[in-house]
Parts: sequence; C-alpha cells; structure tokens
Amino acid sequence: MKGFPAAARVALQDAQLRRNVGKAVTTIRAKRAEAVDELPDWEALRDAGAAIKARAMATLPEQLDRLEASVVSRGGVVHWARDGAEANAIVAQVARSHGTREVIKVKSLTTDEIRLNEALAAEGISAVETDLAELIIQLAGDRQSHILVPAIHMGRGEIRRLFERTIADGELSNEAGALTEAARRHLREKFLSVPVAVSGANFGVAETGTVVVVESEGNGRMCTTLPRALVTVMGIEKVLPAWRDLEVMLQLLPRSSTAERMNPYTSLWTGVHRGDGPEEFHLVLLDGGRSDVLADEVGRQTLHCIRCSACLNVCPVYSRVGGQAYESVYPGPIGAVLSPQLFGVDEHPTLPWASSLCGACYDVCPVKIDIPSVLVHLRGRVVREQKSRLSPEALAMRALAAAFGSRKRYERAQTLARLGRGPIAKAALPAWTAMRDLPEPPSQSFREWWRARS
Amino acid sequence: MRAALFVTCFNDTLFPATGRAVVELLERLGCEVAFPEAQTCCGQMHGNTGYADLGGTLLERWELVFAGEEVVVSPSASCVVYVREHVPSAHGRLFELTEFLVDRLGVTDVGASFPHRVTLHPTCHSLRPLRIGDRPRRLLSEVRGLDLVELHDAEECCGFGGTFAAKNADTSMAMLSDKLRRLLDTRAEVCTAADNSCLMHIGGALRRQRSGMRTIHLAEILAAQE
Repeated sequence: MKGFPAAARVALQDAQLRRNVGKAVTTIRAKRAEAVDELPDWEALRDAGAAIKARAMATLPEQLDRLEASVVSRGGVVHWARDGAEANAIVAQVARSHGTREVIKVKSLTTDEIRLNEALAAEGISAVETDLAELIIQLAGDRQSHILVPAIHMGRGEIRRLFERTIADGELSNEAGALTEAARRHLREKFLSVPVAVSGANFGVAETGTVVVVESEGNGRMCTTLPRALVTVMGIEKVLPAWRDLEVMLQLLPRSSTAERMNPYTSLWTGVHRGDGPEEFHLVLLDGGRSDVLADEVGRQTLHCIRCSACLNVCPVYSRVGGQAYESVYPGPIGAVLSPQLFGVDEHPTLPWASSLCGACYDVCPVKIDIPSVLVHLRGRVVREQKSRLSPEALAMRALAAAFGSRKRYERAQTLARLGRGPIAKAALPAWTAMRDLPEPPSQSFREWWRARS
Repeated sequence: MRAALFVTCFNDTLFPATGRAVVELLERLGCEVAFPEAQTCCGQMHGNTGYADLGGTLLERWELVFAGEEVVVSPSASCVVYVREHVPSAHGRLFELTEFLVDRLGVTDVGASFPHRVTLHPTCHSLRPLRIGDRPRRLLSEVRGLDLVELHDAEECCGFGGTFAAKNADTSMAMLSDKLRRLLDTRAEVCTAADNSCLMHIGGALRRQRSGMRTIHLAEILAAQE
C-alpha cells in the first residue's frame, strides 16, 4: 500500500485517466440529477430507504435467520462464512462437486472483496468474468477504477488491442459494436458450456428467500438461468426484511447509479424450480468484518450502502484521481469509509483524509449515509489507534488547543504568528506554499482594531 | 438589535478586514454590535482532523463565551456548521452572516456600492450543511454598480478542506486548478465567498499565478460604499 496521497499523486499525472473519468462523471452527474428530479417524492424515498436499512441492521440476526429459513424451504442451501477464506472454500467445493475447472461470474464487488477469483485459481478453477468491463479488467490483469464502470480509465483503442491479443479472431475496429461482438462471441460459448455460476446479490429478501441482482448487459441473467448450479455470495448487510422493501430500493438504485428509471435486467430468484433454471442454488452469507462495523454506532450506517456509486460520481476527489488511488475494491467516498472499517484502519490509515468534507456525497446518497461524519469519526480512530501522541501533528494540535484555551495565550500566539509568519509558515506548511501563496500578514488583528476603536 | 460577533480565530488573525466590514455593515443596518473578547477558536480544525477531544474543549469554551448572547453572527459558514452540529444551545441564535441579513433583518439591499465585475464561489459549507441557498446572490444582486457574473461548476469544492489541503496537497491542487480555470473564464476582477478559508485557498493560487483577480469576503463587498 502506498497510501492515498502518494497513489493519488501518480493517478493525477495520467492525462487519459483524468479525461476519461472527468468526462464520464460529468455526464452521469447531470443524468442522475434529471432522473432524480422526475420523482417528486425523491426525498421521501431516501428517508424510506434509510429507514428500511436501519431496521434491517437493527434486527440483523433475526433477518438472517428468516432469510435462511425461506431459502431452505424453497430448496436452496445456505452457508455461513465468517470471512472471505471460508466463503471462497464453499464456492470451490460447489465447483468441485460439479467436476468443473471453470465457473462463470456475474459482476460482484463482494467476490472481488474476498478475492474469490484468486482463491479459485489456486484450486485450479478459473473464474470467467462475464460483465464486459470486468472481462476487460480480467483480461488486462488490471484493477477496477469504478464500482459500476470498472474500466472507466481505459480507452477504446487500448481495449481493441487487448481483445486482439486475447479473445478475438483476427483484427477488430475501434467501433463499440465490433468490440462488444468479440466479447459476446467469447462469452456465449461460456454461458452454454460452464455448469456453475457465481453471483453477488444486490438484495436478499428475508420474507421470501428471494435474491435480487440488477444489471444492464443481460450477462447476469444468463449466469443465473443457464448453468446447472448457482452460488450467490452475499454480504450479510444486503438483507431486506420484506418483499415490499424492494419497491423503495428498486426506485432508488437505478436512478442513483445509472440514472435510469429502471435498469435493463432485474433478476429475482427464489430457491430452485425443477425444469426451470439452476437445479442447485447455494447462498453464502458472508460476514467478513461486517459485524464489527455494525458494532460501531457512528460507522454502522456505512452498511446501508447499496453500491450505487452516486457518491463516486459527484466526488471532486474521486473525479480527479479515479478509483485505483483508493487501493481497495471499494473506491470513492464510500470506499474511504468502508475500506478502513472492513479491512482495518491500520490497512487504510490515509483513506479517512481522502476527502475535503465537501458533503456532495451525503447529498446524493440514496440511503442518506452521512459520509462526512463517518470520515471524521474514522479520522479520530486513526489518531487514537495509529498515531503517536508525540507525532508532529499531534503536538501541534495540542499546542494550538492550549493556545486557544485562554484569551491571554491566544493573543500572545497571534502576535507571534504575525511576527514569524513568513519563515514559520513556510517551514510548517511546505505542501501549501509549494503551490500557493500565503496571505499578506495584516498589521493589526481584528481584536486590536476593535479595542483601538472603542 | 444587539448582535454578538463571532469573528472566528482565522478572520481575527489573518483577515481582520472581514471582521471590520461585518461591524460596519451591521451598525449601518441599525444593530448594536458586541464583541466578546474572550472568544478564541471553535475547534473546527481539531474536530475535523480527528482530534475531537481537543475540539470538544474549545466548543465548551465557545458555549461559555457566548452563553448570554441572544443573537450571534459569524462571517464563516464552516465554523457556524461546526458549532451548530455540536452545540445544541447555538440553534436558533447562531447565524451565518447572510442568513442573519436575509432571514433575521429581512434585508437584501444593504445600501452597498461596489462597481466591479464579481463572481461568487458559493462554498461547500454554505451550500450543503448550511443550505444558505441563494442568499449571497440575492444580497450581491442589490449592490450598486456590481456586475455579477456566472461561475461554471460553482458548486464544486475548491479543494481546501482544512488540513486536506496539506495532507493531500496534490489532489487539493488538482481541484483548485479546475476551480481557477472556471474563475479566470469569468473575466471577473473579484472572486467573493461567504468564507475566508476557501478564499485564502483560491486567492493563494490566484496570487501565485499573478492572475490579477482578487478575492474579497462577501461582507467586505456588502460594507463597501465606493
């Protein structure tokens, strides 16, 4: 891990990335605003979404038990995984039981989080990504840079050359149609021949045992219907208590993520049905640190996230550095609060500061996660758990707090600051003065003027 | 009406002209301005940088200093947000300057004259947690001689964010360069805002680039009678 400031410095120099990401987020921002403005009850929907999630999290053990019972009663198998390693072993076991060396995958952040593909590869099983952008990332051996648009940083020519090297027969043109056709031919063969599919879940309904995946390309629908067996890896926070909760969530999610009234494919499946779809359905419920997040009063709202990526698209930081600078499968503002909580503040100590606290993310969040407040809360955790009380920053903060603690000390500090402004400021704030001037020092503080006047 | 000025440590020390302008403006509008001299800092920087305990001590101090005041006015949106979020007793009596003028005094024409081409950076804290909306614009639109020009992508952060500007200097500067491009495109002489922290950031780069554009706090324009 480089840490955010250093990783961002590298990303900021990539002109192609700056252009691609900047252009894409500008477009999607405007579209989202339009899609949201169409609904007069948008704010009420956000409140409802937040309330549904808060209730689900407050009654999580009960909801998960209900979900398990519903899935089992409809012929599915439920597995409980404490961490990624357990979840990966369960998926590998299902694949082995079908004697396959290949599984096909629906785009899933949760399986990326637990590094399922790498774990399966270690067992001699290759996982084939079927979402176009995920396929591109996989073929290139690259990392995702957006939750929803993982290959946002790559150009069309780059993708053409990649396909020519890997999956295409012969040369391709730069036309989007030609590129998707090459991917389609490659994937069709997999959809029709691979016996096991792996998916994530956008929602899992406790009441009915229904799992929901929303997507745009139809590859998810292929994966959830064609193979003999389907394994869904679902973070435990994705549970919804009731079927009718989907009414709210399926309005909030597409408008927030792709700015669509409804996404092209919404697949819902409940257990197994003879002669219709997979004969075997496994639901893997993954904790993976989520129980710890739930235990934190301020941080727990992070679990409300429905992975729409609206916060990425409005974020002035994300839109300049892109996703890879966050060094996690979860980038952007939500990643800056989720990654340190799921993977440890020691693993991601700089992410809580990867924000100017401008608040744009909170404004668009469909389930009203107060990301700025969680960021500040996590900064406090990093300061308490990671930083020495003798670090220059901690010492400066305490010295300033002491100066501000009494009028006399404060006024003395003002005078000193004015006298020593030039050299002291330059030494203390090199990151500032390297790129910006400091204001001219005033000859008189406000309070000196006030006193002289009265 | 008596109004206690919460000038903020930042303005007191670095931007005294803003504090002077608030006093002149409020007195012109018939207020009796008080300045509780025991005030220092609200602790925003400490709180937002992860030192909530230190910030908390300063908030307690703030509450004590302003305890007897029925109306407190401040020319800093971000300090107002920080105090309001943490001091329940501040609700209903602590106002950001433009809120105070428009909502409490009910004026948009403050009798100012400022014959210059001006553009407004609305600032994140004014826009989002504080929701002061179009109050700054309404006040500016009544200033004699002032030519208010539109700023593109105005709602986007300038990249200051307190210690963010130092901890993530490169990212902060990338945000600032886009803000500068938009500002210079307006061909305004002056960039104004309701918060000097953003203006120090923006102004620091405008000066470094010898751009010729000035930054002035909104209060100074509203106090001006050029």
